[in-house]
Amino acid sequence: MSAPGGAVLEVRGVTKAFGEREVLRGIDLSVREHEAVALIGASGSGKSTLLRCIDLLEEIDDGDVFLDGETITDPGVEPVAVRRRLGLVFQAYNLFPHMTALENVMLGERRAHGASRADAEARGRALLARFGLGGREDDRPDNLSGGQQQRVAIARAFAGRPRALLLDEVTSALDPELVGEVLEAVRDLKGEGMTMLIATHEMSFAREVADQVAFLRQGRIIEQGPPAQVLEAPQQPETRQFLSRLLQAGRA
Amino acid sequence: MPSDRRLEREAAKRRRHRRGQAIAALSSVVVLGGLAVLILTSPGWPTVRETFFDWTVFKDSFPDVLKAFWLDVKIFLVAELAILVVGLIVALVRIARSPAFFPLRLLAVVWVDLFRGIPTILLIFLIGFGVPALELDGVPSEPVVLGAIALVLSYSAYVAEVYRAGIRSVHRGQRDAALAVGLTETQAMRHVILPQAVRRVAPPLLNDFVALQKDVALISILGPLEAFREAQIIESQLFNFTPLVAAALLYLAVTVPMARIVDRMGGPEGAVR
Repeated sequence: MSAPGGAVLEVRGVTKAFGEREVLRGIDLSVREHEAVALIGASGSGKSTLLRCIDLLEEIDDGDVFLDGETITDPGVEPVAVRRRLGLVFQAYNLFPHMTALENVMLGERRAHGASRADAEARGRALLARFGLGGREDDRPDNLSGGQQQRVAIARAFAGRPRALLLDEVTSALDPELVGEVLEAVRDLKGEGMTMLIATHEMSFAREVADQVAFLRQGRIIEQGPPAQVLEAPQQPETRQFLSRLLQAGRA
Repeated sequence: MPSDRRLEREAAKRRRHRRGQAIAALSSVVVLGGLAVLILTSPGWPTVRETFFDWTVFKDSFPDVLKAFWLDVKIFLVAELAILVVGLIVALVRIARSPAFFPLRLLAVVWVDLFRGIPTILLIFLIGFGVPALELDGVPSEPVVLGAIALVLSYSAYVAEVYRAGIRSVHRGQRDAALAVGLTETQAMRHVILPQAVRRVAPPLLNDFVALQKDVALISILGPLEAFREAQIIESQLFNFTPLVAAALLYLAVTVPMARIVDRMGGPEGAVR
């Protein structure tokens, strides 16, 4: 397959089914350099699955995903090498509970990227400090609040110098008062030009940070465009319905 | 200055505590005292006291039994190490996904079914007498070694299943996260999944080792002079069972502390008491 120009991530015609259940039904999406694309849509619309497919944690059935113009979903591609070029942050943090915050951030650097212990530690400490976790280096995850854990997880995903970060509803498991600190970390990454694909339920955040918003419904992208267009003046009835429901629930 | 209400509550709490202690003490006296009376007044007690609890025989036989017990300790230590390693290998082979592992996986399943399914005493017999009969060069023929090998086979099958249960209990998200930071499957197992799994199964593993400490005595059927065997020999010379009681005390001296360690490990946060 030819390399599409310009995009860091390019998703083309991707389908994925779990048994009989079709979760992705032909997704086309691209994320350009320094761009943040927000994926919105109801639970079960396929946002998480799409991110997991891009990070090769799930195998797609049809279509292609390109990273910097190279297909990464060919059966011949080594998934480990691809994952080392991407970062994924999970909704449930998935920190390693037997390691300290610092060790969580260092593990990939040490084992996947071959950094020396000293280098990995220096970078780990710097990243934790950057995300407001200076002084918490030696804490285990169960000693940290949800917001702190998720910021460690962001630092961990960012430590491998990924070409793009995939954020899977990183605030959905948090108490409301802890959402802000995590969004601040994402805002910070956006500020330095990180290329990101963000599955989110936070419409105001999508409006603020995203360059593009894609509305996913039943495994298809129904509508896509700048936030001002998709969120303020949606063209599709499904998008309007989804947004008005969020509005009623006080989430938009 | 604490409020009256609070003083009242504290007093009530103290009363409840005192009453609990009194009940515990009383029921202990009744139960243990009753048992003691039952045994001490039984018609055969004088004979039993002579043949099982003879202080002179105990004093005279204890050094020999203790010396023989060192063999138990040595067998136990070597076998335990081997079991930990072999059990882990069997467990890892059993959960390996690679198709190249298929024959090994099959072997691991058979290993567990076979060695867990045969009574340990029977396995010791079969290995202890069967292997030397093969007359193969380079294969050990000393009863101690063969007995220890039989114990390793039997217990590694149990321990493999304990490890496997531990590995399966680690949440899938841990593997996902390990892969997402760029680790290989093997690295994810080594750095993320196994450390968590082993921590979780440490109490059941120790529990198996308490059992192993006693089962070392089964090797005596092959002839090695370990504590049980030594005690039996003295017993048959003196027609007195006291040496066996001495041996029992030695086994207890090792298994009881271990059991306390298991207790302590078994009570992490979230456990019921």
